[in-house]
Formats: sequence, structure tokens, C-alpha cells
Amino acid sequence: MRRKRALLLGGLIALMIVAGVASLALGPVPIAPARVFAALFGHGDPVATAIVIELRLPRTILGLAVGAMLGLAGAALQGYLRNPLAEPAVLGASNAAALGAVGAIYFGLAELHPAVLPLLAIVTGMVSLVLLFALAGRSESPLTLILAGIAVSTLAGAAISLALNLSPNPFAAMEIMTWLLGSLENRSFQHVWIALPCIAAGFALLLFDGRALDALTLGEDGARALGTDLRATRIRLLLGVAIGVGGAVAVSGSIGFVGLIVPHLVRPLTDRSPSAILLPSALAGAVLLTLADIGVRLIPSTNELKLGVVTAFLGVPVFLVYLMRERRLW
Amino acid sequence: MVTVALENVGVILGRRPVVQDVSAVLEPGALVGIVGPNGAGKSTLLRAMLGLVAATGGVRVDGAPLAGLARGAVARKLAYLPQGQTLHWPLTVERLVALGRLPHLAPMSRLGDADLAVVERVLERAGVAHLRDRIAIELSGGERARVLLARALAVEAPALLADEPLASLDPGHQIDVMELLRAEACAGALVVTVLHDLTMAARYCDRLLLMDAGRIVADGAPLDVLTPERLRAVYGITAAIERRGDVATIVPTARAY
Repeated sequence: MRRKRALLLGGLIALMIVAGVASLALGPVPIAPARVFAALFGHGDPVATAIVIELRLPRTILGLAVGAMLGLAGAALQGYLRNPLAEPAVLGASNAAALGAVGAIYFGLAELHPAVLPLLAIVTGMVSLVLLFALAGRSESPLTLILAGIAVSTLAGAAISLALNLSPNPFAAMEIMTWLLGSLENRSFQHVWIALPCIAAGFALLLFDGRALDALTLGEDGARALGTDLRATRIRLLLGVAIGVGGAVAVSGSIGFVGLIVPHLVRPLTDRSPSAILLPSALAGAVLLTLADIGVRLIPSTNELKLGVVTAFLGVPVFLVYLMRERRLW
Repeated sequence: MVTVALENVGVILGRRPVVQDVSAVLEPGALVGIVGPNGAGKSTLLRAMLGLVAATGGVRVDGAPLAGLARGAVARKLAYLPQGQTLHWPLTVERLVALGRLPHLAPMSRLGDADLAVVERVLERAGVAHLRDRIAIELSGGERARVLLARALAVEAPALLADEPLASLDPGHQIDVMELLRAEACAGALVVTVLHDLTMAARYCDRLLLMDAGRIVADGAPLDVLTPERLRAVYGITAAIERRGDVATIVPTARAY
């Protein structure tokens, strides 16, 4: 079992490196890997350096980090809620963060400074967490939490619709729509510095509770009888999702499906316990989103395809194949 | 070795008193059965002993109030086998049983060789070693019950609180499980188990607590507790009680009103 896990993690890390290098090399202007490395280590030609460092590096870092965050959050939530349908959006943090971003565009705040939009998204993501705690109360039942999450998510979704409905001109509506589809286009290091601390905090909080998630396989009583402090687990987990996913959505827009399918894809390669899928889900999420982002750049189309659209189209067939193979287990 | 002392324990669930005024001292090295009709508060009493429900009065573990102990410390002292446990993920039997080692793991660490040796031992003891690679949710009810017992044994706690460990077991495996609980008690553990089979309770337990409507109505040696009058008053049944030396059979024969 340990060897299998080492093999899985090693394989995923290798894939992640390949995807990362490919993401630096591929695009409208292909750059050979040798030139990419030269640019990265500071002795490349000026053109390659400009493209790789200024344009593609932030985009690659964000693709890896956002994908990892979504994969990890999905895995942690599926374990915590004991529900194979759980995904990062289920508790409302994604929609709430999106609402903050939409608000920034709607009120024209986004034009003041590039950092306003992501920061506002993170703030609304955190506000949604407060609302979630108020609605779910002290109940430890996963269903109460899901229902409260749906309420928060729907409220934020309604507010986004309202903004679209009332948007002063078609350009504003178009800008909001485009943002909602999710993209990593034209992201700078400024976005990286906003997102990375949030994602790092989310990672630390979510990776901490693997054993509590395992114990929850036996239900709440079973987990508490095994020494789990469920209240502390819940606070860490919800904070981790709100901060991490809030930070990710703030720079990438809503990217669906990665958080839902990635845990399902890696689960058969592990012993299926919730803790065993956390790290592999993060790595596989990073690979998947980076590959999708490369696809977005390479698929010829008049408008650049949006990342959220591609992940959904890639995700569905993969998910269906998985479902056919694994359905006897559910 | 662990002693659990209950002092006037009461539990109210949704305004209804489910357990009232229960006092008992449960000593190590004994197999204590809790019997009583459905809804008498047996499972709730067990949960109160583990601190899983809010209770009035006091539960003391080795003299220390349960409320003051960290959850991890309680988990290492009291192993719990809940009634009719649902499993939420399709884990293999081996992985499921290994969950019992969680209270012993330091944060962020993985199972060590000593833990794996314990898992191996309890798989053998519960007679489920041959099922190790099966998916636990695909087992039959009786197989699953024994796997979950192995999971509880894997904690290696000095006390085991088992809620209806015989449910859905065939007669042979019922005897196996009672022998196993008996052996745990003989080795110095405190074993508290909720039972419905009065013959099994009388044959294997050192002491029975008979509960009715949330209260303990009798506490003592099995055959002193299970008298025809009490069976009539508490369960509303008449029963044929036959004693042959140390072995007794208690067969319910009819409803008594």
C-alpha cells in the first residue's frame, strides 16, 4: 500500500512538472523547452524572457495553484460531508466570491486598481462563511451544512443574476459574463501574490484534518469515539474552503467540475479513505486545470475559449467513464 | 484497567428524559450486560458513558470527570462499537479495522508496524482475516458486524462499550463473539454490552443492569436480576427459566398483561 501511494504521488508530481513546463512552452508562440529554461534561469533571449516570465509564468503558477486548491477542497468536502457529490461550490464560497467580483465590475470598482476585484471576491467569500455558520448553527449533521450552503449559494447566485439584469450597458453585462466563465488569461504576478497566500492558508487548513475525515467514515458518533474534535475540524475545514477557494475564484473566476471529478478520478488509485485522496486530488487538480488551460490556448477559435467551459466539457466524459466503472460501489 | 463510575446520570433528548438517575460503578475485569426493552435507554446510557450526549449527573473515568478529559484521552480509554453503524466510504476491511488505531496516532503521522501488527491480531481474533481485502460495505450483515467489532478491538482500549454486538449474527458467531468479550474481560478489560438475548446475557455476563423507562430497576448477578416477576414487569412476558448448574436458559414463552 505504501509503495502504491509513493508511486501515485511520484507519478502525479512528474505529470505536474510536465504540465507546468508545457504550459510555459505552448501558446500562440511556441517556445522550445531549452529556451524556456534559459528564460527561467535569467539568461534567455529578451523575447522568450518577456513571454515566459511576464505572460506565461503567472498564468502557469495560477493554473497549478487554483487547480490544486479546487481538487483539494473537493476531496476534503467529499470526505467531510460524506457525500460523493460534494464540490468546492457546495458550501457557497465560490458563488459568494464570484458575487464580490461581479460587484466590483458592476460598480466600476474594478477599474480603480487591478487588485480591487480579487480582494473584494475574497471578502465576500469570507462573509458567506459567517452566513453559513449562522444558518447551520451548532448542528454537526452534514445535511444541515449542505442545506445552509445551498441557501448561501443560491442567494449569491440570485444577486449575480440581479447584477446582470440591472447592468447599465451590454458591455458591463458582457464583462460580467466573461468573468463568470472562468479564465486565466492576462493574469499578472499581482494576481499571483493575491491568490497564493489564500491558497497556501487553505492548503494548511484542509490537509490538517485527514485523520478526522477518515474517522468520519464511521459517522459522527464513531468519529468522536475515536477522539475527533468535530467542532474544531469543522471550523478548520470551512475556513480552509472559504479562504482557499475564495482566493482561487477571486483570480480565476468560477471554474466548475474540477473539484467534483478529480477526487473521483484518484480515489480508485488509493485505498479510498478520505485522507488518502487529499494530496493526490490536489496534484491531479493542478495537472488537469493546467492541461485545460493549455487546451484553451491551442484550440483555434475566434474568441479564446474560457477555461470553465473547457473543464466542464473535458470533465463530463471522464466522469461518465468513471461512473460506469465504479457504480457498483455506490 | 479502567473504572467507569456513574453518579445520578440523566439524559434528556428533545425534552424527553431518556435516562434518569442511573448510578453504578463498573469495575475492570468484568463483562457487564445492559438489558431491557426497546426504548429503555440502554444505548443512550452507553453514549452518555462516552460523552457523546450531554448528560446531567457525573460520569467518572478512573475518578476523573469525563467532561474534563480530552476527546483523544477518552478514545484511548473507552472503545465504542455503535449499534447498526453505517459506513460512508467503500473501504477495504483491513483499512476499516485500521481506523481503530487513530486515537494512537500522532498528528500527521501514518500507521506504523506496531499498528499493523495490532490490526492483524484483531482481524484474526474476530475471525475476519479472510475478508481483509473485501470492500466492507459489500459484506453480509453478520460479517460486517464482526468486522466492526474488530475495528473496536483495534483501539486496544482498557474498556469496550459494545452496543448490540450480536445483532444479525448466526448462533455460532453469537457464541464466538460472547466468548471473545468474555476473554477480554478475563484479561482485565471492562466490557459493557447491550444485549437482547437473555440466555446469552445470563450465560456470559458477570453482572447485568436491567433498565426500564430510563432507570436501572435491577443490578446484580444475572440470575438474581432475571427473575420471572421482573421479566413480567419490565418486558411484559412470561418466560421459561431453566437452570442446570451454572448454565441457564431463558426462553420467552408468551406475552403477559
